[in-house]
Amino acid sequence: MNAKQLIARRVAREIQPGSLVNLGIGLPTMVAQYVPAEDDVFFQSENGIIGSGGLPDGMENPSLSDAGGGMIGALPGAAAFDSAFSFGLIRGGHLDMTVLGGLQVDSQGRLANWIIPGERVPGMGGAMDLVTNARKVIVAMIHTAKGQAKIVDKLKLPMTSDRRVDLIVTELAVIKPSEQGLILKEVAPGVEVAQVQDLTEANLILADPVTTMALE
Amino acid sequence: MIGGFMGVGTPEQLIDELVRQNKGDLTLIANDTARPGIGIGKLIDARLVKRVTASHIGTNPETQRQMIAGELEVELVPQGTLAEQIRCGGFGLGGVLTPTAVGTLAAEGKRSLEIDGKQFLLELPLKADFALIKAQQCDYYGNLQYRLTAQNFNPVMAMAAATVFVEAEELVPVGCIAPDDVHTPGTLVDYIVKTEVVA
Repeated sequence: MNAKQLIARRVAREIQPGSLVNLGIGLPTMVAQYVPAEDDVFFQSENGIIGSGGLPDGMENPSLSDAGGGMIGALPGAAAFDSAFSFGLIRGGHLDMTVLGGLQVDSQGRLANWIIPGERVPGMGGAMDLVTNARKVIVAMIHTAKGQAKIVDKLKLPMTSDRRVDLIVTELAVIKPSEQGLILKEVAPGVEVAQVQDLTEANLILADPVTTMALE
Repeated sequence: MIGGFMGVGTPEQLIDELVRQNKGDLTLIANDTARPGIGIGKLIDARLVKRVTASHIGTNPETQRQMIAGELEVELVPQGTLAEQIRCGGFGLGGVLTPTAVGTLAAEGKRSLEIDGKQFLLELPLKADFALIKAQQCDYYGNLQYRLTAQNFNPVMAMAAATVFVEAEELVPVGCIAPDDVHTPGTLVDYIVKTEVVA
Protein backbone atom coordinates (compact mmCIF):
# COMPACT_ATOMS: atom_id res chain seq x y z
CA MET A 1 0.00 0.00 0.00
CA ASN A 2 1.50 3.35 -1.00
CA ALA A 3 0.98 6.66 0.82
CA LYS A 4 -1.96 7.79 -1.31
CA GLN A 5 -3.75 4.46 -0.98
CA LEU A 6 -3.32 4.60 2.79
CA ILE A 7 -4.84 8.10 2.90
CA ALA A 8 -7.73 7.07 0.65
CA ARG A 9 -8.49 4.01 2.81
CA ARG A 10 -8.51 6.03 6.00
CA VAL A 11 -10.74 8.74 4.52
CA ALA A 12 -13.17 6.10 3.24
CA ARG A 13 -13.84 5.13 6.87
CA GLU A 14 -15.25 8.61 7.52
CA ILE A 15 -17.98 8.22 4.91
CA GLN A 16 -21.42 7.37 6.27
CA PRO A 17 -23.70 4.91 4.44
CA GLY A 18 -26.30 6.67 2.31
CA SER A 19 -24.53 10.02 2.37
CA LEU A 20 -23.90 12.45 -0.50
CA VAL A 21 -20.18 13.00 -1.04
CA ASN A 22 -18.10 15.11 -3.42
CA LEU A 23 -14.56 13.93 -4.11
CA GLY A 24 -11.98 16.37 -5.47
CA ILE A 25 -9.67 15.69 -8.38
CA GLY A 26 -6.58 13.51 -7.83
CA LEU A 27 -5.98 11.71 -4.55
CA PRO A 28 -9.53 12.29 -3.19
CA THR A 29 -10.99 10.47 -6.21
CA MET A 30 -9.23 7.29 -5.02
CA VAL A 31 -11.41 7.25 -1.88
CA ALA A 32 -14.37 5.84 -3.84
CA GLN A 33 -12.47 2.55 -4.41
CA TYR A 34 -12.52 1.85 -0.67
CA VAL A 35 -16.19 2.59 0.00
CA PRO A 36 -18.22 -0.65 0.03
CA ALA A 37 -20.91 -0.75 -2.66
CA GLU A 38 -23.48 -1.94 -0.10
CA ASP A 39 -23.09 1.37 1.76
CA ASP A 40 -25.13 3.09 -0.99
CA VAL A 41 -22.99 6.22 -0.89
CA PHE A 42 -23.92 8.78 -3.55
CA PHE A 43 -21.05 10.58 -5.21
CA GLN A 44 -21.65 14.02 -6.60
CA SER A 45 -19.52 15.62 -9.26
CA GLU A 46 -19.96 19.41 -9.32
CA ASN A 47 -20.18 19.53 -13.11
CA GLY A 48 -23.66 18.10 -12.68
CA ILE A 49 -24.29 14.55 -11.53
CA ILE A 50 -25.20 12.49 -8.48
CA GLY A 51 -24.53 8.78 -8.81
CA SER A 52 -21.32 8.70 -10.78
CA GLY A 53 -19.44 5.46 -10.41
CA GLY A 54 -17.73 2.63 -12.16
CA LEU A 55 -15.42 3.04 -15.10
CA PRO A 56 -17.03 3.29 -18.51
CA ASP A 57 -14.75 0.49 -19.83
CA GLY A 58 -15.09 1.08 -23.53
CA MET A 59 -18.56 2.61 -23.08
CA GLU A 60 -17.35 6.20 -22.69
CA ASN A 61 -20.10 8.73 -23.28
CA PRO A 62 -18.77 12.08 -24.55
CA SER A 63 -21.51 13.81 -22.52
CA LEU A 64 -20.49 12.28 -19.21
CA SER A 65 -17.38 13.34 -17.34
CA ASP A 66 -16.19 14.07 -13.82
CA ALA A 67 -15.06 17.46 -12.53
CA GLY A 68 -11.57 16.79 -13.84
CA GLY A 69 -12.89 16.20 -17.35
CA GLY A 70 -12.24 12.46 -17.11
CA MET A 71 -14.77 10.06 -18.62
CA ILE A 72 -16.87 8.31 -15.97
CA GLY A 73 -19.82 5.98 -15.67
CA ALA A 74 -23.22 6.61 -14.06
CA LEU A 75 -24.88 4.05 -11.81
CA PRO A 76 -28.55 3.07 -11.99
CA GLY A 77 -30.44 5.78 -10.10
CA ALA A 78 -28.04 8.58 -11.11
CA ALA A 79 -29.38 12.11 -11.64
CA ALA A 80 -27.97 14.82 -13.91
CA PHE A 81 -28.47 18.59 -13.60
CA ASP A 82 -27.01 21.96 -14.55
CA SER A 83 -24.28 23.94 -12.78
CA ALA A 84 -26.60 26.36 -10.93
CA PHE A 85 -28.49 23.42 -9.41
CA SER A 86 -25.27 21.55 -8.66
CA PHE A 87 -23.90 24.43 -6.63
CA GLY A 88 -27.30 24.91 -5.02
CA LEU A 89 -26.81 21.40 -3.63
CA ILE A 90 -23.38 22.40 -2.34
CA ARG A 91 -24.23 25.85 -0.91
CA GLY A 92 -27.65 24.80 0.32
CA GLY A 93 -26.31 22.34 2.88
CA HIS A 94 -27.39 19.24 0.94
CA LEU A 95 -23.86 17.88 0.53
CA ASP A 96 -22.82 15.73 3.50
CA MET A 97 -19.11 15.71 2.82
CA THR A 98 -16.37 16.87 0.52
CA VAL A 99 -12.86 15.46 0.33
CA LEU A 100 -10.26 17.80 -1.17
CA GLY A 101 -6.54 17.96 -1.67
CA GLY A 102 -4.51 20.69 -0.01
CA LEU A 103 -1.41 22.82 -0.48
CA GLN A 104 -1.41 24.08 3.12
CA VAL A 105 -3.56 23.92 6.23
CA ASP A 106 -2.87 26.23 9.18
CA SER A 107 -3.20 25.93 12.94
CA GLN A 108 -6.74 27.32 12.73
CA GLY A 109 -7.69 24.59 10.28
CA ARG A 110 -7.93 26.91 7.29
CA LEU A 111 -7.16 25.42 3.89
CA ALA A 112 -5.20 26.84 0.95
CA ASN A 113 -5.49 24.84 -2.25
CA TRP A 114 -6.20 27.05 -5.26
CA ILE A 115 -3.27 29.28 -6.10
CA ILE A 116 0.49 29.67 -5.70
CA PRO A 117 0.86 33.37 -6.59
CA GLY A 118 3.40 33.99 -9.32
CA GLU A 119 3.95 30.28 -9.86
CA ARG A 120 0.77 28.35 -10.49
CA VAL A 121 -2.65 29.94 -10.98
CA PRO A 122 -5.10 27.15 -11.73
CA GLY A 123 -8.11 28.91 -10.20
CA MET A 124 -10.50 27.81 -7.50
CA GLY A 125 -12.99 25.95 -9.66
CA GLY A 126 -15.58 24.61 -7.21
CA ALA A 127 -13.22 24.46 -4.21
CA MET A 128 -14.32 27.70 -2.50
CA ASP A 129 -17.99 26.70 -2.70
CA LEU A 130 -17.23 23.18 -1.47
CA VAL A 131 -15.02 24.16 1.47
CA THR A 132 -17.27 27.00 2.61
CA ASN A 133 -20.53 25.12 2.39
CA ALA A 134 -20.22 21.32 2.59
CA ARG A 135 -21.43 19.94 5.92
CA LYS A 136 -18.12 18.19 6.52
CA VAL A 137 -14.77 18.99 4.89
CA ILE A 138 -11.88 16.51 4.88
CA VAL A 139 -8.46 17.45 3.54
CA ALA A 140 -6.64 14.44 2.10
CA MET A 141 -3.01 15.18 1.33
CA ILE A 142 0.58 14.02 1.54
CA HIS A 143 1.99 15.36 4.82
CA THR A 144 4.86 17.38 3.33
CA ALA A 145 5.88 18.79 -0.07
CA LYS A 146 9.55 18.47 -1.07
CA GLY A 147 10.44 18.16 2.60
CA GLN A 148 8.53 21.33 3.52
CA ALA A 149 5.73 21.20 6.08
CA LYS A 150 2.25 21.70 4.61
CA ILE A 151 0.56 21.87 8.00
CA VAL A 152 1.77 25.31 9.02
CA ASP A 153 1.30 27.81 11.80
CA LYS A 154 -0.06 30.52 9.50
CA LEU A 155 -1.02 30.13 5.83
CA LYS A 156 1.60 31.48 3.44
CA LEU A 157 -0.71 30.90 0.48
CA PRO A 158 -4.10 32.56 -0.13
CA MET A 159 -6.83 30.68 1.71
CA THR A 160 -9.69 28.87 -0.01
CA SER A 161 -12.20 29.65 2.72
CA ASP A 162 -12.23 31.10 6.23
CA ARG A 163 -14.12 28.00 7.35
CA ARG A 164 -12.26 25.58 9.63
CA VAL A 165 -11.98 22.18 7.94
CA ASP A 166 -13.18 19.17 9.93
CA LEU A 167 -10.36 16.68 9.48
CA ILE A 168 -6.89 16.36 7.91
CA VAL A 169 -5.79 12.91 6.78
CA THR A 170 -2.20 12.32 5.66
CA GLU A 171 -0.05 9.21 5.24
CA LEU A 172 1.33 9.88 8.72
CA ALA A 173 -1.57 11.10 10.80
CA VAL A 174 -5.19 12.06 11.34
CA ILE A 175 -5.49 15.59 12.71
CA LYS A 176 -8.62 17.35 13.92
CA PRO A 177 -8.63 21.15 13.78
CA SER A 178 -10.41 22.76 16.74
CA GLU A 179 -10.79 26.14 18.37
CA GLN A 180 -7.82 25.28 20.61
CA GLY A 181 -5.64 24.22 17.68
CA LEU A 182 -4.74 21.06 15.80
CA ILE A 183 -5.38 17.84 17.69
CA LEU A 184 -3.29 14.82 16.71
CA LYS A 185 -5.74 11.94 16.99
CA GLU A 186 -4.13 9.07 15.11
CA VAL A 187 -0.78 8.08 13.69
CA ALA A 188 -0.28 5.63 10.82
CA PRO A 189 0.98 2.13 11.69
CA GLY A 190 4.70 2.30 12.51
CA VAL A 191 4.77 6.10 12.80
CA GLU A 192 5.82 7.84 16.04
CA VAL A 193 4.13 10.96 17.42
CA ALA A 194 7.48 12.80 17.48
CA GLN A 195 7.98 12.04 13.79
CA VAL A 196 4.65 13.67 12.94
CA GLN A 197 5.45 16.78 15.00
CA ASP A 198 8.89 17.03 13.34
CA LEU A 199 7.26 17.19 9.91
CA THR A 200 4.54 19.62 11.03
CA GLU A 201 5.22 23.35 11.46
CA ALA A 202 2.09 24.02 13.51
CA ASN A 203 2.02 22.89 17.13
CA LEU A 204 0.05 19.66 17.62
CA ILE A 205 -2.10 19.01 20.68
CA LEU A 206 -1.97 15.31 21.58
CA ALA A 207 -5.28 13.50 21.93
CA ASP A 208 -5.53 11.27 24.96
CA PRO A 209 -4.75 8.72 23.75
CA VAL A 210 -3.27 9.07 20.27
CA THR A 211 -4.37 5.86 18.56
CA THR A 212 -3.06 3.93 15.57
CA MET A 213 -4.88 4.61 12.34
CA ALA A 214 -7.40 1.86 11.58
CA LEU A 215 -7.57 1.04 7.89
CA GLU A 216 -10.04 -1.85 7.64
CA MET B 1 -20.57 33.23 -23.06
CA ILE B 2 -19.70 29.72 -24.09
CA GLY B 3 -21.12 26.62 -22.44
CA GLY B 4 -19.20 23.55 -21.44
CA PHE B 5 -17.07 22.06 -18.72
CA MET B 6 -13.58 21.07 -19.84
CA GLY B 7 -14.93 20.74 -23.35
CA VAL B 8 -17.91 18.55 -22.40
CA GLY B 9 -21.06 20.36 -23.55
CA THR B 10 -19.12 22.92 -25.58
CA PRO B 11 -20.31 23.83 -29.10
CA GLU B 12 -17.12 22.67 -30.77
CA GLN B 13 -18.09 23.49 -34.34
CA LEU B 14 -19.30 27.00 -33.49
CA ILE B 15 -15.87 27.58 -31.98
CA ASP B 16 -14.21 26.17 -35.11
CA GLU B 17 -16.17 28.72 -37.14
CA LEU B 18 -15.09 31.63 -34.87
CA VAL B 19 -11.50 30.52 -35.40
CA ARG B 20 -12.01 30.22 -39.18
CA GLN B 21 -13.45 33.76 -39.33
CA ASN B 22 -10.70 35.01 -37.00
CA LYS B 23 -13.19 36.81 -34.71
CA GLY B 24 -10.82 38.43 -32.26
CA ASP B 25 -10.81 40.77 -29.25
CA LEU B 26 -13.38 38.58 -27.52
CA THR B 27 -14.48 39.03 -23.92
CA LEU B 28 -15.28 35.52 -22.79
CA ILE B 29 -17.33 34.16 -19.91
CA ALA B 30 -17.02 30.41 -19.43
CA ASN B 31 -16.37 27.90 -16.69
CA ASP B 32 -12.87 27.08 -17.95
CA THR B 33 -10.66 27.25 -21.03
CA ALA B 34 -10.44 23.45 -21.49
CA ARG B 35 -7.15 22.28 -22.98
CA PRO B 36 -5.09 23.42 -25.96
CA GLY B 37 -6.78 22.19 -29.14
CA ILE B 38 -10.05 21.35 -27.36
CA GLY B 39 -13.21 23.46 -27.09
CA ILE B 40 -12.54 26.97 -25.79
CA GLY B 41 -8.83 26.09 -25.83
CA LYS B 42 -8.94 26.61 -29.62
CA LEU B 43 -9.92 30.28 -29.13
CA ILE B 44 -7.02 30.70 -26.71
CA ASP B 45 -4.60 28.96 -29.12
CA ALA B 46 -5.72 31.35 -31.90
CA ARG B 47 -5.29 34.37 -29.54
CA LEU B 48 -8.83 35.54 -30.14
CA VAL B 49 -9.61 36.24 -26.48
CA LYS B 50 -8.54 39.45 -24.74
CA ARG B 51 -10.34 38.90 -21.45
CA VAL B 52 -11.80 35.82 -19.77
CA THR B 53 -13.93 35.33 -16.68
CA ALA B 54 -13.70 31.69 -15.56
CA SER B 55 -13.48 29.52 -12.45
CA HIS B 56 -10.55 27.40 -13.57
CA ILE B 57 -7.72 27.68 -16.08
CA GLY B 58 -5.43 25.03 -14.59
CA THR B 59 -5.86 22.53 -17.40
CA ASN B 60 -4.75 24.99 -20.08
CA PRO B 61 -1.07 25.97 -19.85
CA GLU B 62 -1.49 28.30 -22.85
CA THR B 63 -4.11 30.37 -20.97
CA GLN B 64 -1.70 30.68 -18.05
CA ARG B 65 1.18 31.58 -20.37
CA GLN B 66 -0.81 34.36 -22.08
CA MET B 67 -2.00 35.63 -18.70
CA ILE B 68 1.53 35.80 -17.26
CA ALA B 69 2.79 37.45 -20.47
CA GLY B 70 0.09 40.11 -20.06
CA GLU B 71 -1.60 39.21 -23.35
CA LEU B 72 -4.79 37.92 -21.75
CA GLU B 73 -6.71 39.34 -18.81
CA VAL B 74 -8.11 36.63 -16.52
CA GLU B 75 -10.68 37.04 -13.76
CA LEU B 76 -11.13 33.97 -11.57
CA VAL B 77 -14.50 33.46 -9.90
CA PRO B 78 -15.72 30.53 -7.78
CA GLN B 79 -17.69 28.13 -9.95
CA GLY B 80 -20.93 28.33 -7.98
CA THR B 81 -20.69 32.11 -7.93
CA LEU B 82 -20.15 32.22 -11.69
CA ALA B 83 -23.24 30.08 -12.26
CA GLU B 84 -25.29 32.39 -10.02
CA GLN B 85 -23.96 35.58 -11.64
CA ILE B 86 -25.02 34.27 -15.04
CA ARG B 87 -28.36 33.13 -13.63
CA CYS B 88 -28.91 36.61 -12.18
CA GLY B 89 -28.13 38.14 -15.57
CA GLY B 90 -30.71 35.97 -17.29
CA PHE B 91 -33.37 36.01 -14.59
CA GLY B 92 -33.55 39.77 -14.12
CA LEU B 93 -32.02 39.84 -10.66
CA GLY B 94 -29.81 42.65 -9.39
CA GLY B 95 -27.35 40.26 -7.78
CA VAL B 96 -27.02 37.39 -5.38
CA LEU B 97 -25.60 36.98 -1.88
CA THR B 98 -23.26 34.05 -1.35
CA PRO B 99 -21.15 32.95 1.63
CA THR B 100 -18.56 31.53 -0.77
CA ALA B 101 -15.19 33.38 -0.93
CA VAL B 102 -15.82 35.64 2.10
CA GLY B 103 -12.43 36.77 3.43
CA THR B 104 -10.47 35.42 0.44
CA LEU B 105 -8.64 37.09 -2.46
CA ALA B 106 -11.74 36.51 -4.59
CA ALA B 107 -13.69 38.86 -2.32
CA GLU B 108 -11.51 41.88 -3.11
CA GLY B 109 -13.49 44.88 -4.28
CA LYS B 110 -16.81 43.23 -3.55
CA ARG B 111 -19.44 44.49 -1.14
CA SER B 112 -20.24 42.29 1.82
CA LEU B 113 -23.38 42.14 3.90
CA GLU B 114 -24.27 40.54 7.21
CA ILE B 115 -27.56 38.69 7.30
CA ASP B 116 -28.70 36.86 10.44
CA GLY B 117 -25.17 37.10 11.80
CA LYS B 118 -23.54 35.52 8.75
CA GLN B 119 -21.31 37.24 6.17
CA PHE B 120 -22.23 37.19 2.50
CA LEU B 121 -20.69 38.67 -0.64
CA LEU B 122 -22.81 40.59 -3.11
CA GLU B 123 -22.16 39.13 -6.56
CA LEU B 124 -23.45 41.11 -9.53
CA PRO B 125 -25.20 39.80 -12.64
CA LEU B 126 -23.33 38.80 -15.79
CA LYS B 127 -24.80 39.20 -19.27
CA ALA B 128 -23.43 38.80 -22.75
CA ASP B 129 -24.08 39.88 -26.33
CA PHE B 130 -23.87 36.26 -27.46
CA ALA B 131 -24.22 32.84 -25.89
CA LEU B 132 -22.82 29.84 -27.74
CA ILE B 133 -24.33 26.72 -26.26
CA LYS B 134 -24.51 23.01 -26.94
CA ALA B 135 -27.51 20.68 -26.71
CA GLN B 136 -28.16 17.04 -27.46
CA GLN B 137 -31.52 17.47 -29.14
CA CYS B 138 -33.07 20.55 -30.71
CA ASP B 139 -36.36 20.83 -32.57
CA TYR B 140 -37.15 23.40 -35.28
CA TYR B 141 -38.53 25.84 -32.68
CA GLY B 142 -35.23 25.61 -30.80
CA ASN B 143 -36.55 23.62 -27.85
CA LEU B 144 -33.51 22.02 -26.26
CA GLN B 145 -32.67 18.92 -24.36
CA TYR B 146 -29.21 18.48 -22.86
CA ARG B 147 -27.54 15.23 -21.92
CA LEU B 148 -25.89 14.18 -18.64
CA THR B 149 -23.02 16.43 -17.55
CA ALA B 150 -22.98 18.20 -20.93
CA GLN B 151 -25.73 20.40 -19.43
CA ASN B 152 -23.51 22.40 -17.03
CA PHE B 153 -23.57 26.15 -17.84
CA ASN B 154 -25.64 25.88 -21.03
CA PRO B 155 -29.15 26.42 -19.57
CA VAL B 156 -28.23 29.54 -17.57
CA MET B 157 -26.27 31.00 -20.48
CA ALA B 158 -29.27 30.53 -22.78
CA MET B 159 -31.09 33.01 -20.53
CA ALA B 160 -28.30 35.56 -20.13
CA ALA B 161 -27.34 36.63 -23.66
CA ALA B 162 -28.99 38.92 -26.20
CA THR B 163 -28.43 36.45 -29.04
CA VAL B 164 -28.30 32.70 -28.50
CA PHE B 165 -26.65 30.24 -30.89
CA VAL B 166 -27.15 26.55 -30.24
CA GLU B 167 -25.19 23.70 -31.72
CA ALA B 168 -27.19 20.47 -31.44
CA GLU B 169 -26.13 16.88 -31.97
CA GLU B 170 -29.59 15.98 -33.26
CA LEU B 171 -32.12 18.15 -35.04
CA VAL B 172 -35.63 16.73 -34.69
CA PRO B 173 -39.13 17.73 -35.87
CA VAL B 174 -41.31 19.87 -33.61
CA GLY B 175 -43.18 17.64 -31.17
CA CYS B 176 -40.44 15.04 -30.86
CA ILE B 177 -39.26 16.45 -27.54
CA ALA B 178 -42.10 16.07 -25.02
CA PRO B 179 -42.93 19.29 -23.09
CA ASP B 180 -41.73 17.74 -19.83
CA ASP B 181 -38.37 16.93 -21.41
CA VAL B 182 -37.60 20.42 -22.73
CA HIS B 183 -34.79 21.93 -20.65
CA THR B 184 -34.58 25.26 -22.50
CA PRO B 185 -37.69 26.58 -24.31
CA GLY B 186 -37.17 27.37 -27.98
CA THR B 187 -38.20 31.02 -27.66
CA LEU B 188 -34.79 31.70 -26.09
CA VAL B 189 -32.86 30.35 -29.06
CA ASP B 190 -32.07 32.59 -32.04
CA TYR B 191 -29.93 30.39 -34.30
CA ILE B 192 -29.62 26.62 -34.65
CA VAL B 193 -26.63 24.78 -36.10
CA LYS B 194 -26.57 21.02 -36.31
CA THR B 195 -23.30 19.35 -35.41
CA GLU B 196 -21.84 18.15 -38.68
CA VAL B 197 -20.80 14.54 -38.59
CA VAL B 198 -17.21 14.46 -39.72
CA ALA B 199 -16.53 11.26 -41.60
